[in-house]
Amino acid sequence: MKTPTLRKKKSRFQATKINPKRFHPSQVRYLLFLIPLSLFMLLPLVYILNHAFKPLDELFYYPPRFFVTNPTLDNFRRLFELTGASGIPMSRYLFNSVVVTVLVLFFSVLISTMAGFALSKLHFRSKKIINEINTIALMFVGVAVSIPRYLVVEKLGLIDNFFVHVLPYLALPVGLFLVKQFIDQIPNELLDASRVDGANEWQIYTKIILPLIKPAVATIIILSFQAVWNSADTSQTYINDDTMKTFAFYMGTLTNNTNGVAGQGMGAAASLIMFVPNLVIFILMQSNVMDTMAHSGIK
Amino acid sequence: MTSLLRLITRPRRPAGAIRESQPIAYLFVLPYVVMFSVFIVIPVIAAIYLSFTYFDTVRSPLWVGFENYVNILTNDEVFMQNVIPNTLKFAVIVGPGGYILSFLLAWMLAQLPAKLRTVLALIIYSPSLTAGVTMGVVWKVMFAGDNTGYLNSILLKLGLIVEPVIWLQSQEFLLTIMVVVTLWSSMGVGFLAMLAGILNVNQELYEAGYIDGIRNKFQEMIYITIPTIKPQMLFGAVMAIVGTFSASSIGVALSGSNPTPQYAGQLIVNHIEWYGFIKYEMGYAAALSVVLLLIVYAFSRLAYGLFGSKNE
Repeated sequence: MKTPTLRKKKSRFQATKINPKRFHPSQVRYLLFLIPLSLFMLLPLVYILNHAFKPLDELFYYPPRFFVTNPTLDNFRRLFELTGASGIPMSRYLFNSVVVTVLVLFFSVLISTMAGFALSKLHFRSKKIINEINTIALMFVGVAVSIPRYLVVEKLGLIDNFFVHVLPYLALPVGLFLVKQFIDQIPNELLDASRVDGANEWQIYTKIILPLIKPAVATIIILSFQAVWNSADTSQTYINDDTMKTFAFYMGTLTNNTNGVAGQGMGAAASLIMFVPNLVIFILMQSNVMDTMAHSGIK
Repeated sequence: MTSLLRLITRPRRPAGAIRESQPIAYLFVLPYVVMFSVFIVIPVIAAIYLSFTYFDTVRSPLWVGFENYVNILTNDEVFMQNVIPNTLKFAVIVGPGGYILSFLLAWMLAQLPAKLRTVLALIIYSPSLTAGVTMGVVWKVMFAGDNTGYLNSILLKLGLIVEPVIWLQSQEFLLTIMVVVTLWSSMGVGFLAMLAGILNVNQELYEAGYIDGIRNKFQEMIYITIPTIKPQMLFGAVMAIVGTFSASSIGVALSGSNPTPQYAGQLIVNHIEWYGFIKYEMGYAAALSVVLLLIVYAFSRLAYGLFGSKNE
């Protein structure tokens, strides 16, 4: 660690330092660009936040006003009272989304950490080829094969099956890639030592690997959460039964309906319900994510 | 740093008695491999197979050889006149544009102290937390076609337009709006990876660089930062390419119809869905899917060429 006096002497280096310890006037030039840009990036979020709390008369204002003057929870109340097309309450969609999301998070973490452990630390014949295929699959664009995927789901008899919300999200090539890279950093000596002590591979996985790769687990959680919580695709494509659709799908119908301006208020309230969990999870886990991303490079 | 650690650990591995195959490993990878095969590998293979057939979902696929591909190139007016130009415009601006922007933003953020950096990075990353549906609400109101839309109302007040513009149905503006909206949420995983990469560059490299004659921040970025974080740059590039094409169905979400008005925002993804889910020409749609996957693959190879290391 450099002391403040040292830093003063080396002031030329201070000005060119990455990851500085404290604020320095030379940083102002970056802020001049970053702060206006951040405000611009925030606009839509600020909009949702305000719109969601606007009472009906403010939603109807002309010309429209950006900020709310008398915030109320009316939109949320109406949203919760509203029932979907076939008399299904909104809470049902929300419940479905929560169940689907929890299942996806649990199983995608389990599946990709297990695979990541084997691909990084165990020896078997197809290891190299699986790693290579998975790295190629990073380039995979899911929307490109939505049709054959539909045919596969149909052949498996999964149409209108609740688990069709979960299964397509379990194989996440980016997730496995990041986990594997992260496990690569764990020294083999550590594992060999426990093998000498009589631990089997499952114990090594649960007792040593899992506790050491929390940052990577947090990263899969975030990536999977964003993929599943925000997606209306599975409801749209694979599910006909309205009671099994998810909140993201329901939200889409809110704004397409003829509810007009009042619908916008509810839509904003629903967006806020969608957005807040994303934000909270990311804030809680951001330092873990940055740890994982440090090992994200493709060689 | 990463590669250094690997260099240290790798040669020691064969020393132990565990060099031979461990059957239990298959159990560990099995669940992933099954899911991966069912939802990624098989659909890709099915797409390739179907692309050589005529398939209307009612009768079984009829082998037609390269007919679908020939039709894409010679018979599909919408594809050649609208879809390809739109896709290229969209992909070139959003892909490299978004990528360069996220690198520059990550680089600038790295020049700031930790707390300030975390807050700004969070704000810049936040739009990509919720792409798609959630944001439909926002954009539809911002760009609403009557005078209650924010953009219309501002422009009317400033006197820049005389009557409200129907933005999302307009042949002139739809593609531009799609580009702006997608760029706005393109600071995703790749952005975080590059930021983490830049923060982990060894400080001594910079000091050595200055001794060797680097004069300013720009040279620092070109000669030290970028070569050092090549692996993260590559990861970011692949994520940018995939993100660009995955987000490209947004035109239909914004305008509310497929095909988009006068094909103004029709990209290859929408074209696939139109043929597949609306016209039920699955074989032709599959051929388009294969073309799209090849485009993505070609762009990724380009990124590998730029940033990949050849020796590994």
